[in-house]
Formats: sequence, C-alpha cells, structure tokens
Amino acid sequence: MELRTFLGGVHPAPSKDRTAASPIEAAPLPKRVVIPLVQGGAPCEPLVKQGDAVLAGQKIGESKAFVSAPVHASISGKVTAIETHLLPTGREAPAVVIEGDESDTWVETKGHALDGLTVEDLKALIREAGLVGMGGAMFPAHVKVSPPPGKTFDSVIINGAECEPYLTCDQRLMTEEPEKIILGLRAWLKVTGAERGYIGIENNKPEAISALKAAAAGEGNVEVVPLLTKYPQGSEKQLIKAILGREVPSGGLPVDAGALVQNVGTTYALATAIESGRPLVERVVTVTGTPLKAPRNLKVRLGTLFSDLLAYCGLEGEVGKVISGGPMMGIALPTTDVPVIKGTSGILLLTPAEAEIPPERACIRCGRCVDACPIGLIPTFLDQFCRKEMWDRAEEYHVQDCIECGSCAYVCPSKRHLVPALRLGKAEVLARRRRK
Amino acid sequence: MEEKTAMPSLEKLVVASSPHIRAEETVDKLMWQVLVALLPAAVVSVYFFGFRSLVLMAVGVASAVLTEALVQKALGKEVTVADGSAAVTGLLLAFNVPADAPWWLVAIGAAFAIAVVKQTFGGLGANFVNPALAARAFMLAAWPQHMTGKFPVPLDSVTAATPLAILKGTAAGTLPSYLDLFIGNVGGVLGETSALALLVGGAYLIWQKVIDWRTPVSFIGTVALLTWVFGGKGGLLTGDPLYHVLAGGLILGAFFMATDYVTSPITPKGRLIFGIGCGFITVLIRLWGGYPEGVSYSILLMNLVVPFIDRWAVPRVYGVSRARA
Repeated sequence: MELRTFLGGVHPAPSKDRTAASPIEAAPLPKRVVIPLVQGGAPCEPLVKQGDAVLAGQKIGESKAFVSAPVHASISGKVTAIETHLLPTGREAPAVVIEGDESDTWVETKGHALDGLTVEDLKALIREAGLVGMGGAMFPAHVKVSPPPGKTFDSVIINGAECEPYLTCDQRLMTEEPEKIILGLRAWLKVTGAERGYIGIENNKPEAISALKAAAAGEGNVEVVPLLTKYPQGSEKQLIKAILGREVPSGGLPVDAGALVQNVGTTYALATAIESGRPLVERVVTVTGTPLKAPRNLKVRLGTLFSDLLAYCGLEGEVGKVISGGPMMGIALPTTDVPVIKGTSGILLLTPAEAEIPPERACIRCGRCVDACPIGLIPTFLDQFCRKEMWDRAEEYHVQDCIECGSCAYVCPSKRHLVPALRLGKAEVLARRRRK
Repeated sequence: MEEKTAMPSLEKLVVASSPHIRAEETVDKLMWQVLVALLPAAVVSVYFFGFRSLVLMAVGVASAVLTEALVQKALGKEVTVADGSAAVTGLLLAFNVPADAPWWLVAIGAAFAIAVVKQTFGGLGANFVNPALAARAFMLAAWPQHMTGKFPVPLDSVTAATPLAILKGTAAGTLPSYLDLFIGNVGGVLGETSALALLVGGAYLIWQKVIDWRTPVSFIGTVALLTWVFGGKGGLLTGDPLYHVLAGGLILGAFFMATDYVTSPITPKGRLIFGIGCGFITVLIRLWGGYPEGVSYSILLMNLVVPFIDRWAVPRVYGVSRARA
C-alpha cells in the first residue's frame, strides 16, 4: 500500500534511538512544583492563596473566559508563593508554587463509563479536567470540540505522527496504552458527533501501529493509518491532507475541512479523566540529547522543574542548548529553571558543538526552501520581503499561511535564519489586518 | 530526587530561533559538487586538446578566484572564494573558448565575469545573468577572431569548423559521426565537445539532487522537438534532432549553465518554463539566426525574464484555490 503523506517536507535524522525503546517511567515525586496560571487560552485567576494546603488534583486556577482551561495542583502540599515565573514558552506568567508534603494525597474523584456520559457531560468533563492540546499549542480542548455554528465534524484524527526528531513520548504512549488511546478517540468521536476516527502514525513506529491496530480491531469506524516518515507530518494541516485528502482553507480551521485533530497525549489524558475522574496533572516527557547520561521517557507531574528532571537523568559533558520540545519547532531556553507545562513534550539538550549556529550566507536561490515548504510558499522571497519590511508583498505571497515548521531553514545551504523573519512577517501582517 | 549528579555548567546556553538542527548541505559543498561534475569534461578536454587545455582551464579558475578575492578585499567585504563559486565560473568560462585561444583572453574573460557581471551586482546570489555566459558574449564581441572560425580538431594538428557551422552551411567540411560527437572527438570549445563526459557529470548532479532535472530535460527536449519538426531540409519533421542535441554547447549549457541557481527560476514550474524558453530561443538562432550556435544567448536572454517567470510560476499555496488572488 502506498503510504499517505503531503507535498514538501524534509527528512531530518530521527535521532529517536536513545529513548524509543525505553518504557515510560514515573519520575520521582517532585518536592516542589511551579504551576503557571497561563496554560492554554486566557490566564486563570488563582483559587488559592499563599499558605493554603492543597491536594493533588485540586483545582487551583480558573477563568471565566470560554477560551481557557483550568489548572490543578499536581502534588499535595502547601502553597508557598504565587509569583511570576519563566515558562518553557519563553514567556513569563504568574504561577502557583507548591511545596510538597510527600504524601501524594489526591482529591476524591470518581470515574465514569463513556456510555453513561452525554455530550454535554463530556464537554464539561473535558473542560474541568483542564485538557488542552498537549502537542505544544495548548489550545483548550473543550473549545476545539465546539465548532462554530453551521460547521460540523465528520472525522477525528489522532495525531500520532510524532515527526519531531528525538521525541518519543507519543510513540511510547501509543505502544504501551493503546486501549486508552482508543477510549479517548471514542470520546472525541462522541463529543463531536463525527463518524470516522483515524490514528495517523509515521511508519517508523511499527510497534505503535500494531499495538493500536490490535486495540482498534473491534471498532468498525476507526482506522490506523501508517504515514510516510517525513517532517512535518504531524502538522495539523499536513495530517489532514495526508489522511483525508482535504485542505484546511487558508485562514480557516480544521473544522472547515470537517476534521478534529487531537494529540496522543491529550487523548490519553481524556481517557484518564473519564476512567478515574482525575484532571490533567501529569504528562509524558521525553528527556533526551547527547549531554544526558540516561535519556528516557518520564511520566512527570506538571510543574516539575526542568532542572530536577535533568538532574534525575544525569548530565555528562557541557550543554550548549536547552530546548523545550523538539529540535525543529522547540524553544531554546536561557535557563533550566522552568516548569513542565501541559504542552511540554520533550526536553532536549544539545552539546555546544550541536548548538553552534552556522554563519548566515547570501541566498543563492537554489530553491530548496521552495521544494521543502509544505504549504507551497517561497520562503526566501518572504525572508527578503520581511527583512525589508515590505509587508504588502509578504502578504501577497501568503506569509500568514506559514506554519513555522522550519523545513525551509533546515534545508537552506546558506543557513539563512528564515523562521524568525517569517514569524515577524506573520505577526506584522496579522496586526495590519486587525487595524484595518 | 535520587541519582543526583553534579550539574555541569549551563551558563553559556545558546538561545536562538528554531529549527535547532540543520541539514549538512552548504553552499560550499554544492559548488564543489558542481566542480566535481565538471571534472569528466575537463579530463576529456585535456585528452583531446592536450596540455594547452589544462593551461586555459587553470588560467580561467585562477583569474576568477583572484579577481573575486581582490574585488572583495577592495570593497572591504568578506572574501568568500572558498565557497567555490568563482572557481565554477572560471572553469565554465574556460570551457567556452577554443583550445587555441590565447591565455590572456581567458584571463580577461574570467576577470570580467567576476568583476563586472557578478560583483558589481552584489556578488554571489545577486547577479542576474550568468557571469560565464555574459563574459563569453563580451569576448565574442571583442575578440571574434579568437572565439569563432577555426577550431582545433582533437588529436590532430589541424583546425576546422564546428559541426553546427557545417550543418548550418556557414562553413565547409564533413560532418563527424554520431559516435565522434558523443565522445567529443570533434572541433569545438574546450568543454562542450564530449556529450558523454557532460552527461556523466550532469547525471551525478541530478542524482545528488544538486540540480533539478526539469531545466536540462525541458531544454534539451525542446531543442530536439523543434529541430526535428523544423530543422530538416526536406520540410517539416525531417530534421535530425540527435545531431542537434549532441553537437554544439547544448548539453553543457543545459546541465551546467541553465541550471545556475542564481540566474534561473526558483520554483519547479518556473524551471520547466525556463528550459522550454531556452530551447525555443536556441532553435530560433540555430535554424534561422546569424550564428550556428544559440545556447549561450538563449540562456542569457532567458536570465533576463527570470523575475517574470518567478512572479508567474508560484506554487499553489496550501488551502488556497488555484485561481490566484
């Protein structure tokens, strides 16, 4: 069978060997967690104050805004501060600091059977559990499953592509917990009313594909779709194109193509929330990179500091770069004093040599960026327009459709810094549209 | 947490935009690959035309590299001769002269290519016509007696007209066989005579994904088609396309000059259009123009319309309907 995929894209070295075979392992219970109040949508107001005792799973932040998801304590203990902290997104936000009491006492919760839940129950549960897109974007899940009037979903796609090099957390979740992924998918299908479910997985993860195929055997409307291993196969738009053959209109949403795309981690978290009633307070994080003694896939309580996880995995040799996420779209951080948040899929360390930034040279118009762009843009032209602040031309050449996947910069033989220029152009074009 | 280890320094963390990994390809690597691809033709040239061929190629490369270094030094710019692009220009320039051309002609031509055509417009990536071809046009105008007319015949001490000139009827002589044309045992400029050597180099570049197949294939295909249809003396469809493909500078031009990144379109569709345009102009000049050979001028002329091609042949953007806004 021909593997489904999309046009463009690149083939970076997968670099997944370090952790692909390492089963998910619980990280030690952190002594202290920092839980940002901004994790998907509008900022939350704290529901606790300094000195309060909290239980694991207790809601500690909430917002009245629709596009927002609550946050919960991930350990039991005492609130010692509510203060501004740097996030792995590179931004600062207010956060609740909890010193653990090491008892790991949880709020009382009760599980449900999916069949006993109505669509409204499910939506409420999704929101109350604080579910957001755990692939990195952290968009509140209850908003995603509520289409604007007049639009409907016919398909749900579980994004198991995991096309970012180094990361293996989704691969491990799919391999180890296929039943829960299927349960989560059934819940997404129920809440959206969509008829068909798909799980898209790159074909370099055969165990994940066979595990999910076995788990989905009894589900007539669920298909496991092996995909060509190519970056950015896990980008929402590319995944929809590969699996459904449809395109999300420029400026539109996946629902405009009838599709809901959910990350593996989010789907697993939904299954957990249904079965146990527990909100999203932990996630799987791939901690990896050359400078680490023991790279692994860890189940981590949210709010655990990167530095604690790195100490647990053991450093050897110098570190040149600390990245939250994968090497293609992840964010480089100036410090390891940042907490794991709902969108933290990986912590990647590079050696100083690996982190070296090659000098930027003149564009030779080789066209590799044009071939690589999965959206069909001409990145080098956009780069020039954005650097020269020619915003009209940038808009005419669709800079706003750039998904910032970095394929263009990856292949560029002149090592041009295409992504920051286009990112700036996108922001400027959107701001100008808003002003109009 | 247990398993605590001493934390090595995290103080000098690099904070930069994604992506954090890059492909190994560099401009230098690409240019050196082009030089490697030109090697078979260079070797064949020395075999057929002798030591003199090697001297001219060395002069071309040296003059181009030296000129680039001097101009960059004089302008206070970073000297980038190590990227190999000047060497490529110098070698291609030498490929465009007959074996009995004086060495100073090659030296001046290469210097002109770099100083005037390339550096005046900002150096690598900024010139809008192919430096080697523009310099060839200049040399042809300034010293026609050295650039055309009699060409040394390989492995021989006589000179003769090129096959295309004989074919066109602008010179007398006997047409060489297909085999001689293919191997390169014919009169012509240094680098163009051996189709075989050029095809080996071109195939290497396509295999290594250094160049796109679209330009050479559409260029050569267009020439073959049009010379077959219009090139015969017996009326339509009586032409000899194989002869037109193998003779002259078509293969050299299609694989090594028309594919110059800087002066050809950036999109796949644009490259097809570019190749077809080059083929069309080549045939126009070869069959009805004043010169027997039209490859250089076809590429130069098409270089000039690249901005228009690039503007027109944009790829379809994901999620945007075909009709262009």
